[in-house]
Amino acid sequence: MTDGWVMVIGLEVHCELRTDTKLFCGCPNMFGDEPNTNVCPVCLGLPGSLPVLNQRAVELAMAIGTALHCDIRPSTFHRKNYFYPDQAKDYQISQYDEPLNADGWLELPDGFRVGIERAHMEEDTGKTTHAGTSGRIHGADYSLVDYNRSGVPLVEIVSRADMRTSEQARAYATELRSILVATGASDGKMEEGSMRVDANVSVRRSADDPFGTRCEIKNLNSVRSLGRAIDYEAERQIALLEAGEVVVQQTRHWDEDAGRTQALRSKEEAYDYRYFLEPDLVPLVPDAEWIHAVADTLGLMPAERRARLVGLLEGGEVTDVASQVATVVDLGLDDLVVEAAARGVPVPLALKRTANEAANDAEAARAVEVGAYVALLTMEANGSLSATQAKVVLGDLLAAGGGDPAAIAKAKGFEAMSDDSLVATVAEAVAAHPDEWARFCEGEDKLSQVFIGQVMKATRGQANGKAVMAELQRLRREG
Amino acid sequence: MSVAGPRPATDLAAEVRGGSRRAADVLEEHLAAIDARDGEIHAFNLVTRDEARAQAAAVDARVARGEDPGPLAGVPVALKDNLCTRGLPTTCSSRILAGWRPPYDATVVTRLREAGAVMVGKTNMDEFAMGSSTESSATGPTRNPHDTGRVPGGSSGGSAAAVAAGFAPLALGSDTGGSIRQPAALCGVVGMKPTYGTVSRYGLIAFASSLDQIGPFARSVADAAQLFDVIGGHDPADSTSLNRPTPRALSVVDEGVAGMTVGVLAEYLDGVDPEVAARTREAADALAAAGARVEEVSVPEVLLGLSAYYLIAPAEASSNLARYDGVRFGLRVDAEDTVTMNTATRSAGFGAEVKRRIMLGTYALSAGYMDAYYNQALRVRTLIIEGFAAAYRTCDVLLGPTTPTTAFAIGEKVGDPMTMYRSDVCTIPTNLAGHPAVSVPFGSSSGGLPIGVQLLAPALAERTLFRAAAVVEAAAPVTAAVGGRS
Repeated sequence: MTDGWVMVIGLEVHCELRTDTKLFCGCPNMFGDEPNTNVCPVCLGLPGSLPVLNQRAVELAMAIGTALHCDIRPSTFHRKNYFYPDQAKDYQISQYDEPLNADGWLELPDGFRVGIERAHMEEDTGKTTHAGTSGRIHGADYSLVDYNRSGVPLVEIVSRADMRTSEQARAYATELRSILVATGASDGKMEEGSMRVDANVSVRRSADDPFGTRCEIKNLNSVRSLGRAIDYEAERQIALLEAGEVVVQQTRHWDEDAGRTQALRSKEEAYDYRYFLEPDLVPLVPDAEWIHAVADTLGLMPAERRARLVGLLEGGEVTDVASQVATVVDLGLDDLVVEAAARGVPVPLALKRTANEAANDAEAARAVEVGAYVALLTMEANGSLSATQAKVVLGDLLAAGGGDPAAIAKAKGFEAMSDDSLVATVAEAVAAHPDEWARFCEGEDKLSQVFIGQVMKATRGQANGKAVMAELQRLRREG
Repeated sequence: MSVAGPRPATDLAAEVRGGSRRAADVLEEHLAAIDARDGEIHAFNLVTRDEARAQAAAVDARVARGEDPGPLAGVPVALKDNLCTRGLPTTCSSRILAGWRPPYDATVVTRLREAGAVMVGKTNMDEFAMGSSTESSATGPTRNPHDTGRVPGGSSGGSAAAVAAGFAPLALGSDTGGSIRQPAALCGVVGMKPTYGTVSRYGLIAFASSLDQIGPFARSVADAAQLFDVIGGHDPADSTSLNRPTPRALSVVDEGVAGMTVGVLAEYLDGVDPEVAARTREAADALAAAGARVEEVSVPEVLLGLSAYYLIAPAEASSNLARYDGVRFGLRVDAEDTVTMNTATRSAGFGAEVKRRIMLGTYALSAGYMDAYYNQALRVRTLIIEGFAAAYRTCDVLLGPTTPTTAFAIGEKVGDPMTMYRSDVCTIPTNLAGHPAVSVPFGSSSGGLPIGVQLLAPALAERTLFRAAAVVEAAAPVTAAVGGRS
């Protein structure tokens, strides 16, 4: 960020709801099916068809509103009118001036609160593919439209322009994604488009100046892209202003490969959407009983779950704890740690294995038998398995979805070494490297790795690294 | 006093259910009438002979098996061509829907099937129901069976003419600003617009969604009540459908008006043809003679109805008709790119009146104009609802003419939209209020053209409405026979 400038960022996030059926008809809400198979007169916008609101979608939208501390209010649907081939009715049914959820907030892991202006319901469009050499609409030979996505329920979450750095914007997107997954409303897959982020960016000389003219950036397919695009866009605007030019309010497209934003359309070319109340639907007025019933189904939100893990540590020493806690919660693996801790596994060990090895295959880890996972960590904790061995057994457990870790260890020949044989092996390694031993005894601690390596080699990994270290220190101490 | 009016369609169903007449024979008689005269009248866009014969045969088979095919067993019914019929062309009398066959039936069509009705065809209409004369149809005008030089009214002119000409005892139309009642009056038949939300709109191709309502045409009040009973009732596929029990109007239609208060609506009598006004006063006298208390009432807000309607209805239409873009169904005029294709398709597919209303509606909703036009019209709509509510604090039903004049000549008003629009001045306020109303034939003009009087009632008061309508029907001077002039 160029010195002397301040960014102002607001994000609009579209989240596809994980309902069985679409927002206004009974067609399956499924990603990746054969094109135009999950369609009916309603989501194709055929003449005479009418929308009927999906109750489950409303409940998921209210769950999002609750998790974002919004007021859940009586709301209405409007028509947003514009022509586009993948817009089946050539209007989109969306909430406009009376959204279901309004005036909430989201707290970032560092405690910074981002205001939520609204989280409203609307329907998704179909998907257009431009065939031909260019792959873009200009120069396409023809275009294909798939209406499977037409009418899929969305919630659009509009933040206030409270963020001041791209790091905050990335943290917001990451935290919001975790919240959406935690509510059960979304799978949060940015790469599949089930969570889509648009960024509004402007710059100003100081925090006391009024907001500058903003640009909206679209096509941000990852949190990383979001950060890059915001930084690029801010620098672009600063360069314009420092050159005495003006920022034109416009929608810009992020080109991931080129690493820059490009103008799509300016405010002068913006559509007049001619919003008016959708006459085919009635107002959506959830009563207090329904709102409370939805709130009661919500589990712990990510912030609460992080606090729960940190609480388990009770000030114990763990390096990198914040990032491990964040990873475990973000991937939805925190219940594994909580369960392991409840059964006596040291929390730092449970956290480390979960945030590293289990996190590498999070999908399998979320499905693994909790009892088997805890049993494995217990074996590592009590020295029955070395760290290296434990990681190997864990790989098998995850691949199989469970099993008996003791049996797997035995089949692999991972028997814990007896103390006598460990002492003998360490003594052999010391005897074989007298120079290193002398230097180790004079305080070159890092040479312990030489001996540990030798022992591991001799035992083909069966020795417990911690036990070897303890023996080395005993030998040095006792001279 | 009790009245037992005629009920030709209901009687016909009774004969078919009892086995004394075959549905197949009833159908052939009506197809013969169509063959004899529809070339001249052009009530139908499509006569569905094969499907009708199959339905009639199925009805006869059920009777033969000792089953009851339903309250409309074997009764031919004509459907306005904006009601979706599975696998059968449904055009809204527009070029833009040429060749389109809906993959589903409208809810009312399903209910007719379940009631044993035999659907004989799709009737002509003003394009997308926009018009008052059926002259804006892309398939050419329908002629009034009473005088083929005159219009049948509109937009449901084909359905009104089909019932008047004896092509079918019953028909369905849709009423957005008078599109059932006005042609019923001009063709000398009964036409009724139900309370908004009592008849499902699922499968009715939308003109103005907050105003559209499907309703019956019949040759008698009792038959209209029977058809209303069949098509009404809650439908989960229409979110604006009221969740209440199916209406039962037929059972009370003969109960008379003793003790009711009827308000003669002063604003509707102002400026109408003197013969039409005179007939309306005679109808009021008949209601008084039958035991009703009749008083004059004023609802000045109704005078604002026409202006509000011509903002609200086009506004909704401009959005409803956006989907005719050449992408998924109907006409497509190919072009270099999508936007040009959209424009070329819509330019070629829509007629002048439809284009005029899309332009009006788009303008009324545009940034900077919306508050002055569309939102102002919504405020007027509220005033009209309040005006009617005040009248209904003292009255059970209101009475007025259905139309300011009798049927006008073909071509007479096509060049002057404002004059054309004025022929719905007495029917539009009912749609804005969402109330029910019915037009009942009440004699003829000195020129031999039918005159209709209109009864209005508050929301969901259909049973009261039909009772009053039956009393008016019983007292009505004979309407001149069809086919007297040409």
